[in-house]
Amino acid sequence: MTTADRSVAIEARDLTRKFGTFTAVDHITFDVAVGEVFGFLGANGAGKTTAIRILTGLLAPTSGTARVAGHDVYTESEWIKRRIGYMSQKFSLYEDLTVAENIRLYGGIYDLTREQVRERTTRMLERLGLEQAIGTQVRALPLGWRQKLAFSVALLHEPSIVFLDEPTSGVDPITRRQFWELIYEAAARGTTVFVTTHYMDEAEYCDRISIMVSGRIEALGTPAALKERFSVDSIDEMFVRLARPTAGIAT
Amino acid sequence: MSAFTGLLRKESLHILRDRRTLFVVIFMPILQVILFGYAIRTDISGIRLAFVDPSPDATTIELRNRFAATDAFRLSRVLPNSGPLDQLFASGAIQEAVVLDNDFANRLARGLPARVLVVADASEPNSGSAMESYAVAVIQGFQRDLAARAGGVQIVAEARMRFNPTRASSNLFVPGLIAFVLTIISALMTAISLTREKETGTMEILLVSPLKPLEIIVGKVLAYVVIGFVSVLLVVAEARLVFAVPLRGSLLLLLGEGLLYILTSLSLGILISSRTSSQRVAMIGALAGTMLPTILLSGFIFPIESMPWPLRAISNIVPAKWFVIIARGIMLKGVGLDYLWQETVILLVMTIVLVAAATRSFRIRLAA
Repeated sequence: MTTADRSVAIEARDLTRKFGTFTAVDHITFDVAVGEVFGFLGANGAGKTTAIRILTGLLAPTSGTARVAGHDVYTESEWIKRRIGYMSQKFSLYEDLTVAENIRLYGGIYDLTREQVRERTTRMLERLGLEQAIGTQVRALPLGWRQKLAFSVALLHEPSIVFLDEPTSGVDPITRRQFWELIYEAAARGTTVFVTTHYMDEAEYCDRISIMVSGRIEALGTPAALKERFSVDSIDEMFVRLARPTAGIAT
Repeated sequence: MSAFTGLLRKESLHILRDRRTLFVVIFMPILQVILFGYAIRTDISGIRLAFVDPSPDATTIELRNRFAATDAFRLSRVLPNSGPLDQLFASGAIQEAVVLDNDFANRLARGLPARVLVVADASEPNSGSAMESYAVAVIQGFQRDLAARAGGVQIVAEARMRFNPTRASSNLFVPGLIAFVLTIISALMTAISLTREKETGTMEILLVSPLKPLEIIVGKVLAYVVIGFVSVLLVVAEARLVFAVPLRGSLLLLLGEGLLYILTSLSLGILISSRTSSQRVAMIGALAGTMLPTILLSGFIFPIESMPWPLRAISNIVPAKWFVIIARGIMLKGVGLDYLWQETVILLVMTIVLVAAATRSFRIRLAA
C-alpha cells in the first residue's frame, strides 16, 4: 500500500504469462481507477481468463508487474484474495444449499463475524427483494435471481475490487439490465468493477474498456473515445475489426 | 465462525441433502455383505462324485465312506473302471471323479506310492478348483490317518487353506469387501464431489477465496473419511453377527489400517479429480482406476497366486492388495503389527507418494 497510488485499484505493467512457447498474455499494461467499471473485452482464447487468474492471485505471471488493491501479485496473493470478490461465468453458489446457508458459508470463508453476516444478509436480501427466499434452496430460484444473488454474495465481504467473469452469459435481456444496475450501485459505493463480457452493448455501459487480441491489449479507453478513434458507430463494429485478423484462433 | 468449520458444515449438508446417494453409500456395503455371504459364496456342497475302484477292499471302502460322510460330497456312482466317466461328465450326472489305481490297496500296504486321480468338472474354473481341493483334502486326511496307524511311514503335505479350515468363503471375502467399500466411498465419492465443484464453478470461488488449498481439500474429504469409517464398522459388525466371521486380532489395529487405506484411496480420488473436469469422466476414471483393480487384482475374489506373472506384478501396485492381506491377517489369523509391518509400510509409502502427487497436481491444477 506504500508505493501504490491510492486512487489506482489495479495496476499492470508489461504483464506477461507464457505456457511453454505459447504467450497467453503478452506485455499488457493498464490501470484501473478506484470505483471504475472496467470492461475487459476479447474473443475466446484472447487471454482474458489468464489475465484474470493472474490478477486474482491464482496464477503467477512470467514477467512484468501488477498490483491489485495495492498488493503485489507475486508476493502478496494471500492479501489480494482477502480484498477481492469474484464471480465466474459458471454459477457461483451451491444449488443444494439455501440462500441463508450460502451466505453464511461465504461469510465464514471471509472471516466475517456472525453479527456481520446477519446484518449484511438482511440488508442484501432487502435490496434484492429476496427476503421471502432466505430458506429456499438456490436451485429453486429463477436464473436471474440466482445471478443477482451470486453477485451480492461476491460483495458480502465488501471487497475493494470485484472481478466478474462473463457474469451475464445466458441471462435474458431484462435480467442483464437489472444486473448492470447492481454493478452501477456497487461502483457508486466505491467498489471497483473489473468485468469481462461477450455482449458488446454491455461494453458501452463501462467507464472504460480494453480489447484484448492474441494476448495483447489492442485498444484501451472510454467507449466514446474508442468509437471516435476507430470511426465506428458501435463497439461491436470495432471489436470485429480488431479481432478479425486472428478471429479463427481460439483455445 | 471459522472458515474451516463452515466448509465442513457445507459438505455435510451436501451429503445429507443428497439422500439417494447417502442411502446407496450406507446401504450398499450392508447389502454387499449379504450378497457375497449368501449368493456369491464359493463353498460347494453336495458335489456329485463318481468313485472308481477297480479292486475294492477294506482300505478303499474306507476311503469311499469318508467321501460319503462329508457334506461336500454325494456319492452318485461307484464304478469298476473309468470307462463311463466321459459320458457321465458330459451329461452332468457327475461333477467330480476320484479314480483309484488298479492295485491301490496293495501298493499302499507294501509302502509303495499308490496313485489317485482326481478329475473335476472345471467348466466353472473357480468351483472346479474348489472341488479338486475338497477331494484332495479328504484323501490327505485319509492318508494321514493311515500313516498314523502304520507307524508314521508317510508324511503328508498340509492343507493349503490353513486359516480357513472350514473353507467358509465369507471369512475370505469380508476383508476384501472392506477394501472395496472404502475404495468406493473414498476414491469414487471424493473424485465425484471434487469434480462436481469444478463443474458447477464453485471450486473457482473457493480457490479465489483466502482459503488455503489444503483447507479446501481437507474440508471436502473429511466428511467422506467419516462415512468410510462408519461403513467399515457396519461391515465388520454385520459380518460378525450374520456370518460369524471372526475378528481374531485387534479391532483398533484394523480400524487404524482402515484409516490408512482411506487416506490412500482419498488421495487417489483427489488425483483423479485433478485430471478431470467432469463428473462423468471422474466416475469412469475412478471405476477403471480404483474399483476394477480392487475387485480383480487385490486377491479379494480371484487368488493372486493363480494369475500369470504380468498380472501378479501389477497387483503389487494395487493398494487394495496390501490392505486385503493386512485385513485378512488381523481378522482371520489374529496377527498384529509384528507380522504385518511390511505390508503396512508398503501401504504407508504408497499413501505418502499419492498424497504428495495429489497435493502437487492440485497445485498445478490451481495454477493452470
